[in-house]
Amino acid sequence: MTNATKLSLHVPAPKARPGDPVDFSPLTPPPAGALGRPDIAVHAEDTRDHARGLIRVLNDEGEAVGAWNPRLNAEVLREGLRAMMLTRAFDDRMFRMQRQGKTSFYMKCTGEEAVACAAALALPRDDMCFPTYRQQGMLIARAYPLVRMMNHIYSNAADPNRGRQMPVHYTAKAYGFFSISGNLATQFPQAVGWAMASAYKGDTRIATAYIGDGSTSEGDFHQALTFASVYRAPVILNIVNNQWAISSFQGFAGAGESTFAARGLGYGLPSLRVDGNDFLAVFAATQWAAERARANLGATVIEHYTYRAAPHSTSDDPTRYRPAEEAEKWPLGDPIERLKKHLIARGEWSEAKHKALDKQVVEEVRAAGKESEAIGTLGQSRPSVKEMFEDVYKDQPWHLRRQRQELGV
Amino acid sequence: MVQALNSALDVMLARDPDVLIFGEDVGYFGGVFRVTDGLQKKHGLTRCFDAPIAEGGIVAAAIGMGAYGLRPVVEIQFADYIYPAYDQLVSEAARLRYRSAGDFFAPLTVRTPYGGGIFGGQTHSQSPEALFTHVAGLKTVVPSNPHDAKGLLIAAIEDDDPVMFFEPKRLYNGPFDGWHDKPVEPWSKHPASDVPEGHYVVPLGKAAIARAGADVTILAYGTMVHVALAAAAHAEVDAEVIDLRTLVPLDLESIVASVEKTGRCVIVHEATRTSGFGAELAALVQEHCFYALEAPIARVAGWDTPYPHAFEWEYFPGPKRVADALRAVMAA
Ligand SMILES: Cc1ncc(C[n+]2csc(CCOP(=O)(O)OP(=O)(O)O)c2C)c(N)n1
Ligand SMILES: [Mg+2]
Repeated sequence: MTNATKLSLHVPAPKARPGDPVDFSPLTPPPAGALGRPDIAVHAEDTRDHARGLIRVLNDEGEAVGAWNPRLNAEVLREGLRAMMLTRAFDDRMFRMQRQGKTSFYMKCTGEEAVACAAALALPRDDMCFPTYRQQGMLIARAYPLVRMMNHIYSNAADPNRGRQMPVHYTAKAYGFFSISGNLATQFPQAVGWAMASAYKGDTRIATAYIGDGSTSEGDFHQALTFASVYRAPVILNIVNNQWAISSFQGFAGAGESTFAARGLGYGLPSLRVDGNDFLAVFAATQWAAERARANLGATVIEHYTYRAAPHSTSDDPTRYRPAEEAEKWPLGDPIERLKKHLIARGEWSEAKHKALDKQVVEEVRAAGKESEAIGTLGQSRPSVKEMFEDVYKDQPWHLRRQRQELGV
Repeated sequence: MVQALNSALDVMLARDPDVLIFGEDVGYFGGVFRVTDGLQKKHGLTRCFDAPIAEGGIVAAAIGMGAYGLRPVVEIQFADYIYPAYDQLVSEAARLRYRSAGDFFAPLTVRTPYGGGIFGGQTHSQSPEALFTHVAGLKTVVPSNPHDAKGLLIAAIEDDDPVMFFEPKRLYNGPFDGWHDKPVEPWSKHPASDVPEGHYVVPLGKAAIARAGADVTILAYGTMVHVALAAAAHAEVDAEVIDLRTLVPLDLESIVASVEKTGRCVIVHEATRTSGFGAELAALVQEHCFYALEAPIARVAGWDTPYPHAFEWEYFPGPKRVADALRAVMAA
């Protein structure tokens, strides 16, 4: 033992911190259309390349190429484009409203809109989605009323959550959207359970779940993959790798050594890694995984490779921990710009139409904002205080009744 | 209080090479509440670093390090997110010494911001201390001001048992007495903001008298110490406010001495009422001071609901509710 190596503790660090130059050249994306689209009955091991590579459909010229091209008609694509633009406009307004003191908190999904919007349009709404706080695009793509989202964000008298939850913790069963939890990763194994129930009942519906890159470190993530594998649950397990978890780069979730999608292989689950800023690639991967699940072939893991262009939340200042120009230099571009380019390349869209649509979505958000703010912003209007004591249990036990009376409501 | 806690960590990192800090966002960034600001830069990457988002993993790793002989100080970003670590704390950290008959022990400190008053809703406002005071083998500490925060944190780190260190997040940047419409005050105007430089200890298991009084004893900790003081002023009652500082092991002697003097007792905490730490306090006061009591013991606590976003100040047991309890106890 005299010649034994002296051990040293490894602590990972990102390539660039504020003030450092941004160099994404090691991340140069592989060409679009390079990876094949396997049969849905594929064995997990045969998705090795898909779990480590990157499924891309849109090339730099804005053309849709390769086996993963979902060959969507222009109408669906315009719907997707509109959903992403509306989501971005919604985020911009609500972030601003928080800054004006009209609510306590907000979270944007800027740069990640394709992940939620494409899936929302690829799946029917009677499937159940178990989202995180960054899939608001799913509700918006499914035409959930913006004013209701705002009523929740303002905790006003018309808040569907009855003033009980922090902003952005939506719930919308009728839209296939499970109640968002603030406790990271908890939804992932729950989605597997929902899918197991669907299988148990001989149903045809499937579940889909989302988790952030950072949150894959939680035990719940690994339990979800184990259960999904053991029971061959009809569920799509989406990891949204937006590179950051507040101030922690993806290396703190173990991404330095492998990809997130590759985790699925270890559990025997077919796994895909997808260009998350490519609306068509996200749509196609979701469709493929949904087909597998509906054919009773079990779960799929999908890593959506994207970038969190916005601060983590209104409480965050990313210039403290990452170079400000990272978002701009992100090699996979912006999902809205890329889909726009594709539609224009297909002759189905124009700069003028895009500008007009941009104005229209901003106006739509503004109008919803006025309507919601007329009901009231945080503190101006709220549900009845006695609702604080309701829904703790189905029926109110004596001690809560007594406490409500003590408060005089 | 943020600077006082930061100073405690700084002092301990400098004094003891076996002390190290990790948790979500505590390294380069310095923590979402800035408590570890600058420590990585000053003491090095392996002394204060980020952790995966895995509270169970954070505590488990700290237990392993503790068993090796280190003194890890870990941060759980919000007490509301501590539950994935519950098994490691309850079944492992708390019992390691007992089950191995002293062969192994894990002297870890778990720092975590807790409590309401910041419109954080149900996942940034909880007060789960009773879930830990109920566990044999864990110590539980709650400071109420910068001076104590630093001295108690140093004592916790130097303690050979696992210590749960709950930081009242509403007190991070100033004393808060529950009158939420009043302008926010900085700590600098408060006498307890006088924090000595360097190493000092506020011993675990010792309460402080935050206000001496003759008529009624208020038992409080954390933010509620300030609320209790405001309530006593509001109700114009000569209350003795005891700042428990450590819940386990509890300074029963100070409590008994005070209640025997005043003959009345009001217990306040932010946590939900049912099975809250107030129940334990009420039982102890009843057991030890029964013949001195001139009125039933009163408890003022959070309602037995999750912490609601829009009803922050109806939920938070503020000075008005505490004052009502004081008047009722005085009238009894
Ligand atoms: C169990 C738990 N631990 C910690 C937190 C605090 N927290 C909220 S969001 C977040 C970062 C999550 O990052 P990631 O999973 O990558 O998702 P993203 O925010 O990037 O979408 C943290 C640590 C939490 N909400 N729940
Ligand atoms: Mg992330």
